[in-house]
Amino acid sequence: MKRGFLLWCAALATYAFLYLPLAVVVLFSFNDSELNAAWVGFTTHWYSRLLADEVLLQAAGNSLLIALVSSSIATVLGTMAGIAMHRWRLRLLPFLVLTPVAMPEILLGVSLLLFFRQVLDLTLGLFSILVAHITFSIGFVAIIVRARLAGMDESIFEAARDLGASPWRTFTRITLPLILPGIVAGYLMAFTLSIDDFVITFFVAGVGMSTLPLQIYSMIKVAVTPEINAISTLLMGLTLTLIGLASRFAPELWRSKS
Amino acid sequence: MRAFSFWPKGFLQCFLKGDRLTRWLVTLPPSLFLVIFFLLPSLIMVAASFREPGEFGGLAPLAERGLTLEAYRFLAEDIIYLWILAKSFLVAGLTTLFCLLLAFPVALLIARSPKRQRDFLVLLVILPFASNFLIRIYAWIMILGPMNLLYSPVAVILGMVYVHLPFMVLPLYTNLEKHDPALLEAAQDLGAGAWTRFWRITFPLSLPGVFSGAALVFIPVLGMFAVPELLGGTGDILIGNLIKEQFLDNRDWPLGASLSLGLTAAVLGVAALSAVLTRRRTGKLGAGT
Repeated sequence: MKRGFLLWCAALATYAFLYLPLAVVVLFSFNDSELNAAWVGFTTHWYSRLLADEVLLQAAGNSLLIALVSSSIATVLGTMAGIAMHRWRLRLLPFLVLTPVAMPEILLGVSLLLFFRQVLDLTLGLFSILVAHITFSIGFVAIIVRARLAGMDESIFEAARDLGASPWRTFTRITLPLILPGIVAGYLMAFTLSIDDFVITFFVAGVGMSTLPLQIYSMIKVAVTPEINAISTLLMGLTLTLIGLASRFAPELWRSKS
Repeated sequence: MRAFSFWPKGFLQCFLKGDRLTRWLVTLPPSLFLVIFFLLPSLIMVAASFREPGEFGGLAPLAERGLTLEAYRFLAEDIIYLWILAKSFLVAGLTTLFCLLLAFPVALLIARSPKRQRDFLVLLVILPFASNFLIRIYAWIMILGPMNLLYSPVAVILGMVYVHLPFMVLPLYTNLEKHDPALLEAAQDLGAGAWTRFWRITFPLSLPGVFSGAALVFIPVLGMFAVPELLGGTGDILIGNLIKEQFLDNRDWPLGASLSLGLTAAVLGVAALSAVLTRRRTGKLGAGT
């Protein structure tokens, strides 16, 4: 009994460690003071100031566009990769799909920077960011789709085949509806990863293009302001909503991921 | 319909029944994309490390300057690079250790909770992780600033632990969940105390989970540049910061490329070690991760 109590205390401490810093950020986004030092009074001033910040809104728009496009393409390619990895014994594809997920982000960032600038002689911007985001998202989509397929009963496909369905028909009528929750979860995951990505975008964005994380980074580098708290709170709300949607579509998502 | 088919029989066979074409159609697009935008750039990185830096950044023309070991010679001559690599390992090691200490109680608690509560408790671990990475660092700038702890090695480790903690909790929990409670009951019946039960049964059985969690924390920490840059002082830079500096500020790309290859080698070493340890443990104790 005593040990159970100790375990509870230790676990509670870790949960507190996880949540307290974020709670402070949210709390001070409503604080009526330029300084993030002491609680003065409630205000939504920082939020209205955000909505008037042209540069920030522009960056947010870019992030949204990049996330929508890159996650759509990554979902198509990742779903293909997930199906292929489940269906056939492949060597190259699993390596190509899983390595970018496992390696430090900075390596992908600098190698793409080198590739775009030195080999393709491309002006960095929207295209380079899109390609980079698709590259690191494919793996996550593929892993989720493959996990979904692995949890299914193979005999359904055999039954469809025995009843005379062509492979294409089996795919559209059986496989696709069954893995759809996995695909949606993969899409939401790719979307979240894209809209949140800082490290890789930092290397391939160039000077002309800014995204929300890049903007937040330059704001943090300059000074700690309540505006950053407000934008952080809004972003947390957004990702929370996305996670909620993802877990509704595929409750096995966070179990299969580990 | 099929009797009057326009296509030769073999073609239809291949498309409808045979796996070959479908296999190519499904496998090729993602493979091609990743070969071009992941494999090729990685190989070019290797090549770039043997080139000379260009006058205004980038690489010098291959025809004029050819290949050189200059970047590697530079790294080998200055002890500071080796020192920073060692420091990166030290920070990654400490981060992994603290993550393990914080994650174990949580993972154990979740694994021993009633089934219905487990998903919720796991979600509670993941949720803060879903907020933007920069925001999680920023939270610590806010907290550590007034405490005069900002721009110190302590701040760097704290930030690293905070950013990577879920990577340790999840594999640990997946492992602990599979333990057979009968083992602990048997030990208790035979008179083993709580402490003994933990160290003789739970912990050894959890080692595969510990090793895979350690790899998931250690590897990203090794390449991290944002945490030292935002929370650390000038003396707290790690190998990630060096790479970033060479590619964006100094514009000595061959040096950056050779540093990146050094980091890649370190990552591969850690991943291989973790895989070997996990497999050996799993084999010895017969408990799967």
